[in-house]
Amino acid sequence: MAMLQIFRPFINSFRDLLPIILVIGFFQLFILQQPVPHLEKILVGVLMVVIGLTLFIRGLEMGLFPLGESMAYAFARKGSVTWLLLFAFSLGFGTTIAEPALIAVSAKAAEVAASAGAIENTRAAMESYAFGLRLTVALSVGFAIVVGVLRIIRGWPIQNLIVVGYLGVVIMTMFAPKEIIGIAYDSGGVTTSTITVPLVTALGVGLASSIKGRNPMTDGFGLIAFASLTPMIFVMAYGMII
Amino acid sequence: MSSLLLHLWHVTLNTIFDVLPIVIIIFGFQGLVIRKPMPNMKKVVVGFIYVLLGLAFFLVGLEEALFPLGDLMAKQLTDPAFLHSGGKISDILRWQDYKWVYLFAAAIGFATTIAEPALIAVAIKAQDVSGGTISIWGLRIAVAIGVGIGISLGTYRIVTGTPLHYYIIAGYVLVMIQTIYAPRSIIALAYDSGGVTTSTVTVPLVTALGLGLASTIPGRSALIDGFGLIAFASLFPIMSVMGYAQLSRWRASRNNIQQDE
Repeated sequence: MAMLQIFRPFINSFRDLLPIILVIGFFQLFILQQPVPHLEKILVGVLMVVIGLTLFIRGLEMGLFPLGESMAYAFARKGSVTWLLLFAFSLGFGTTIAEPALIAVSAKAAEVAASAGAIENTRAAMESYAFGLRLTVALSVGFAIVVGVLRIIRGWPIQNLIVVGYLGVVIMTMFAPKEIIGIAYDSGGVTTSTITVPLVTALGVGLASSIKGRNPMTDGFGLIAFASLTPMIFVMAYGMII
Repeated sequence: MSSLLLHLWHVTLNTIFDVLPIVIIIFGFQGLVIRKPMPNMKKVVVGFIYVLLGLAFFLVGLEEALFPLGDLMAKQLTDPAFLHSGGKISDILRWQDYKWVYLFAAAIGFATTIAEPALIAVAIKAQDVSGGTISIWGLRIAVAIGVGIGISLGTYRIVTGTPLHYYIIAGYVLVMIQTIYAPRSIIALAYDSGGVTTSTVTVPLVTALGLGLASTIPGRSALIDGFGLIAFASLFPIMSVMGYAQLSRWRASRNNIQQDE
């Protein structure tokens, strides 16, 4: 019985992974009708993913959630909105600027810009374009978390702000260069990483539960939504200016 | 085996490096602004180490096993030779010929979303906060269905070459209409689930599919048309999560009516 308790989280993680295994197995064997290459390597990989997911979820509940919440409570007790907003901005900016997915996307964007003739087709020009883009996205995520935290403090309904954001995206789409649109739309999704999401969510929910009159369900969520919306607008603006 | 360990070591170092800004910001503010010891400091640090190690194992496992295979399958499924099986090579491909691509896109979108760690995190929080009205699995499956539909439609867009922004703007209009009718408590969570879904597992596999498609279809450029799948994957979960909330509210009210009778 005790053994089963130890293995339980691993079994859960395996269950999380099972759909991927089934989909890949089905298409490989029945549709493409080819044997699975390097089966032993794949089994080792799956084992590692299961171990990794189990550790991650354990650490999430021990470390990231309490961390985000205790920061939220500490700032709420301190009562300084300025420091809280500064923290919100640093968290958004700091987690995004080093985000590997964003680094990959901005390098791709520089290629697009060079091939479209928007910038010179040299390495230096592309690198500075890519870095500028990363900076832009990181600023936009910092800005997004600030707006999101302000919304929690003031209790603004989220849909009003989202409508404004959507209108911003639509208007920018009309004026932005055609080549940048796909990348701009994708950049919204890639900025929020696996470590940022639990931290920011715990921060939002913690803030909403420590401020009187806020409901953690309606007010606590929503920070990630802003963080995935503003980069689209900022990246299109970047494409227009450069 | 040693190369695997080396790989694990590199990824662990990279993960630590990626997390460094977060650690500096949090401990900087903790020490300089809050100036109070953090409760359960030891436990939090151990938890952080678990998260780092877990993420490193997770990434190496994916890179060793699933990504190469997913990449290969994306190439094979979009290969004109496979698409032409049963027909003559000289036939011009129509959008219907890509049916397995659409199905694969939907299935892999669904499956990778179920395994997405960031979504598991948000789902745990949502179940806590909602007092169980929103279940972990209910939310994860709702989001996964949204991603599946989104990515499938996204591949159809790449095949037909219609402009991305038409779909996205139409999606926005739908989201706004749904917002009017959805239960208020779900709205923020639904908007969040759009950004949450696309991280560690989904992005690489889906990007491979998009680039594979765009580079094999005549007239598409991998650089321009290969993008956009992530945008679909972040938009459709918003609709499916609001739909899930509407459905559970409808079921609850139907049960209430039955109990009253």
